Amino acid sequence: MANLAWKSFKGIPLVFTLIWIVGFSSALYLMDKSVIAFLGILSSIVLVYYTNTTKSIKMAIGAIVLLLIIPLVAGENRYYMEVASQVGIYVAMALGLNIVVGFAGLLDLGYVAFFAAGAYAYAIFSTSQANEFIAGNLFPLSGEWFWPFLIVGLIVAAVFGILLGLPVLRVKGDYLAIVTLGFGEIIRIVFNNLDKPINITNGPQGITPIPSPELFGIKMGTPFYFYFIVLFVIAFIVLANIRFEHSRLGRAWIAVREDELAAQSMGISLLNTKLAAFALGASFAGVVGVIFAAKQTFIDPTSFTLMESIGILVMVILGGSGSIPGVVLGAAFVTILQVQLLKEFSNFLHSLQNSGIISLPNQLDPSKFQRLIFGIMLILVALYRPNGLIPAKRKKNDLDAIKKSEFGKEKLGILGRLSQLTSGKQS
Amino acid sequence: MLAPFLRENTSSQRSECRKFVQVYKGNEGWESMINILPQVLVDGLTLGFMYAVVALGYTMVYGILEIINFAHGDIFMVGAFIGTEVLLISDALGALEGMNPFVALFITLIIAMVLTGALGVGIERIAYRPLRGAPRLVPLISAIGVSFLLQDLVRFTEALARNEFYLNSPALFTGSIPLGSIATIPTKGLIVIVIAIIMMIALTLFVNKTKWGIAMRAVAQDQSTASLMTINVNKVIMLTFLIGSSLGGATGVLFAQNYGTIDPYIGFILGLKAFTAAVLGGIGNLRGAMIGGVLLGLLESLSGAFMGPLTNGAFGAEYKDVFAFSILILVLLFKPEGLFGEAVKEKV
Repeated sequence: MANLAWKSFKGIPLVFTLIWIVGFSSALYLMDKSVIAFLGILSSIVLVYYTNTTKSIKMAIGAIVLLLIIPLVAGENRYYMEVASQVGIYVAMALGLNIVVGFAGLLDLGYVAFFAAGAYAYAIFSTSQANEFIAGNLFPLSGEWFWPFLIVGLIVAAVFGILLGLPVLRVKGDYLAIVTLGFGEIIRIVFNNLDKPINITNGPQGITPIPSPELFGIKMGTPFYFYFIVLFVIAFIVLANIRFEHSRLGRAWIAVREDELAAQSMGISLLNTKLAAFALGASFAGVVGVIFAAKQTFIDPTSFTLMESIGILVMVILGGSGSIPGVVLGAAFVTILQVQLLKEFSNFLHSLQNSGIISLPNQLDPSKFQRLIFGIMLILVALYRPNGLIPAKRKKNDLDAIKKSEFGKEKLGILGRLSQLTSGKQS
Repeated sequence: MLAPFLRENTSSQRSECRKFVQVYKGNEGWESMINILPQVLVDGLTLGFMYAVVALGYTMVYGILEIINFAHGDIFMVGAFIGTEVLLISDALGALEGMNPFVALFITLIIAMVLTGALGVGIERIAYRPLRGAPRLVPLISAIGVSFLLQDLVRFTEALARNEFYLNSPALFTGSIPLGSIATIPTKGLIVIVIAIIMMIALTLFVNKTKWGIAMRAVAQDQSTASLMTINVNKVIMLTFLIGSSLGGATGVLFAQNYGTIDPYIGFILGLKAFTAAVLGGIGNLRGAMIGGVLLGLLESLSGAFMGPLTNGAFGAEYKDVFAFSILILVLLFKPEGLFGEAVKEKV
């Protein structure tokens, strides 16, 4: 019955979505610091996704919400923009991991290492840190270098991805998970200790101050600017995800994910496809790492632990691996849960405690229970929704429409040659 | 954003390592290294036997279900906490006063083994059994979930009960036995080794000689055929988890006795290394897991002690985990069947 009800679900009416967006944005505008109103606006993106209307209208509404309403209504409030850009960073990372885990089916538990590579690439050269091992007083670079370093971060991380990928491709399945986990740990330990014999990463002290990006002399140091930078990068990654998914390479990934042996015997080169997945996923993480470093203005190895890798994996799997809207939803949900909901809950309990209603030892602070929540989420998702909240849909090609289209008239390939032959015989 | 949780490579550890390097530079190179070698070997053996017993748990579960029981390291951690709690509570009640330390350790071990065994069976029932037959990544994900859940659950209970989650275990054995003139072997270390050997022998006998052991091997060979031979597969898998987890729990107690301080996060990294040991020896192979564990412990101890002096302090003991993980990666790359395992041919 539930299945039937789901099938008859045609989507949310457009009017309802519009009322929702207008209502919550005015609520946020009028009542400053209302968390619920802010969450309402963020969740309106999900509503837009399920709205019963054409694709272009959905895209237009989504763009208006992201580009106009959120910055206009919450732009004054640094905290909301901070949360929004934080969400964006994790969405971008999860989309990168989606290529590796979702499309190619390679479980990568060391993904954060590539993120770290990008972040350190920018951090080392944009501060005086690089002077420690490069002669001449060339550094720090100014914030204008942020833009080229987006590309540098991408390349560095891609190289890391290939370096990891090349040997790792010999193992598969859960062994691959363990190897990547070990690799992530190795990278973290190396970054943590590379302050001697040559001081490259400044060890556990971390690197600071990392300059904010600059464009035409404007210093883009506030979360407001980062929100737009991240949005731009997400748009790029989503586009790449969509294009790759339906490309020859993307189909090869999916074939490898479904059955490695069968894919191989159909002539797909395992090495190339897997390596491409690793390098692409890694390169997106590298770009996001550069943004992260510039946004935090400080990085140290504690930002790149296994916990981060698992967090991103939770986002992908919770949302639905391989499904782009699912991954976006999963990343946004998990990030908001951690950054905001748990914190709010802690503050709420603290206020209760301060007014003497309950007494709570400090160690029971809910904001410290990410791992418990991650654990429960992982188990529940594995047991009840192994395909995630929004499972990936296979794109269906309407064969009749293709036959009727103008490209269908002319026969291509072997059919074309056959018909040429037969028509040649007749004439 | 996410809190760091791997408690290691702290600055205190680093300064300790530097001190170590200075001391051994002062003593002039090779001679001093040879002098500390026996001590390093003894420490390495103690660690290695602990890895070996935990690796047995990984190997048993992998041999039967072909899943990596990620939560096994955390079952080990729960065992350490149960043992420490038993000792702390009985200490507070005054029961430890005048009791033979061997008897106390025995009782603690039994309690910890029973409870962690039950925990392992429970985990199998809730998080793994419904996923049998699912794609291989799904149980792995649920195992990671169980691992995280256990870490925070222990932290939660300890924070409630004691308002702190770093526990100091009361030491039952404090003496040490001189081994010639150059090394001393602490009694607790010796006890770890002896108990680990007893457990390994008992397990080997169980698997090779008893009816249940034969059933386990049969299920590991082929589940459906085994079930046709009137073997209750579910019961056998439960038994596997029971034995593996209780061995892990017992090792936790020994760990707490040997190193004193425990926290809810010791299990993950130790579990990974024990898994490395299992892979090194050939996963699914009991003898391999034992030898792999001892080998890894020795290697880690040696690299921790000598990497600093050998590279003139450029790379110190903080790289010993890098060493362990590199071994894991290298073994998986070049000899994925391990030192004692058989290569598995893929069926088409």
